[in-house]
Amino acid sequence: MRKVMIGNHALSYGAKLSRARVIAAYPITPQTDVVELLSEMCANGELDAKFIKVESEHSAMAASVGASATGVRTFTATSSQGLALMHEVLHWAVGARTPVVMGNINRALGPPWSIWTEQNDSLSQRDTGWMQVYAQNNQEVLDSVIQAYKVAEEVQLPAMVVLAAFVLSHTSEAVEIPEQEKVDEFLPAYQPRYKIDPEEPHAFGGLTDPNGYFELRYQIQKAMEGAISRWEEVGEEFGDVFGRKYGLVETYKVSDAKKLIISSATLASTARTAIDDLRKRGEKVGLLRIRVFRPFPSEKVKSVLRSIDRAMVIDRNISFGASGIFYQEVKAACYNEENMPPIFGIITGLGGRDVRKEDIIQMYEDVMKRDKPKSDIIWKGVRV
Amino acid sequence: MIEIRLHGRGGQGTVVAAKILADAVSREGKFVQAFPEYGVERRGAPVKAFLRIADEIIYIKSEIYEPDHLVILEPSLIGAIDLIYGLKEGGWIIINTNKDPEEMEFAGNYRIATVPATKIARKFHLGSEAAPIVNTAILGGVVKVLDLCDLETLKEAVKEGVPLKEEANLKASEEAFNETKGGNNA
Repeated sequence: MRKVMIGNHALSYGAKLSRARVIAAYPITPQTDVVELLSEMCANGELDAKFIKVESEHSAMAASVGASATGVRTFTATSSQGLALMHEVLHWAVGARTPVVMGNINRALGPPWSIWTEQNDSLSQRDTGWMQVYAQNNQEVLDSVIQAYKVAEEVQLPAMVVLAAFVLSHTSEAVEIPEQEKVDEFLPAYQPRYKIDPEEPHAFGGLTDPNGYFELRYQIQKAMEGAISRWEEVGEEFGDVFGRKYGLVETYKVSDAKKLIISSATLASTARTAIDDLRKRGEKVGLLRIRVFRPFPSEKVKSVLRSIDRAMVIDRNISFGASGIFYQEVKAACYNEENMPPIFGIITGLGGRDVRKEDIIQMYEDVMKRDKPKSDIIWKGVRV
Repeated sequence: MIEIRLHGRGGQGTVVAAKILADAVSREGKFVQAFPEYGVERRGAPVKAFLRIADEIIYIKSEIYEPDHLVILEPSLIGAIDLIYGLKEGGWIIINTNKDPEEMEFAGNYRIATVPATKIARKFHLGSEAAPIVNTAILGGVVKVLDLCDLETLKEAVKEGVPLKEEANLKASEEAFNETKGGNNA
């Protein structure tokens, strides 16, 4: 069934179709719509889940970790300041190996207060051990929730499905709602390896001395590494069942490309239209959209960059004191490789400032005529 | 691709109008994208909503600056704020008013259609007498003028998109469709 819906509701439908059994959330703009619809679904019996109203995002994540530890599929959603408040418990979710899935609407952090889109909220959680997938349209939001549960429960790590505030969260697009039976087949009921069970008591997360802790961290990294191929395989399998294929990255017109635009989320979607215009002018340019940010698809990125003469990364985020974050990651992946092109880092669109196709074409024209990056940041669209 | 900008006041259902119209044309196989002006809304304050319609998947995710057509849900906005900025030459301006298109004046080369949406909304008791909700009425006119979809398809989308008074909203769309002046098919 096709339905015109906002990105927030695409998250709700994703959680519903995945048969989340516990939803714990504190409403924050703009994710309020996500849990509002889910609470309605719980109230009218459409969704057999326990809806837990909590007093803060910190508690929302704590309740989610607790629920997941009892062996049930758990969902929550948040945004910006709310995600920041969860920070301590995000680490806990990873260490406890609870496969919680969360929607995060990318919204700029205060002060000054903002409700517009920027990626610093989720990217600030880069090193917690959460998997992160960035969607470019509402269909991908819904589909990614289902895939996230499948990967998360296999590798026992939590996953975040990330979407842009307003650009997806409040934008209505037609979304194909998969049939429940097919989703059930693709994503069977969660079978936890360990769970809190009064019949079989265990201690979870107790004090662990240096004899044990190191290995647990090693295992988290190994699980992340294993997740790389699983995201790719699960995306393929999803395509076989539902007709929409996904991967760690998406490429567009790269086979004969000499120049490459790299970006993520909705900026990458708009960049695709810039590629079409530039191609009409004879430019051999392609697009690399990084969909899964953690685990980082280094091999995929390198394989695309090998045949490229010049690449630029467009970031709607910044690591203050360094550079754009996707730019850092791409550069780091390529550093020890032979024959890598110069990579330029562009920062634009912070705090939700609109980025148009024309802006991306202008960035391309400016950057591609340069020989080598003189600094790690090329600012675009800032009024200084 | 067709790009449309809608102007109204907070509380009139401007954003919902864009969404219902998106739903309607989507039902006839088009690709759509509908969004409010990015920001906060206040009841009574000027509100904008946007709509893209295309035959293929819409990758562009930026705002709309040069719409093909305008829909004005609130006539009191005329003269109060700049409404026609960016509007492409030859585009339609579809206005909620009891007047005839010839009585409306806009500086520029545009086509004008009028829909008595407030009168119709009051007749069917949509919203209150003081603050009628005109969105489902004006959509009847929009669909007629721009020939975006069948009236019947619009009615299906209205049914799905309004929280209450389903019958009254459907009648409002239909009556507006018939009473619109100046459109392609009017």
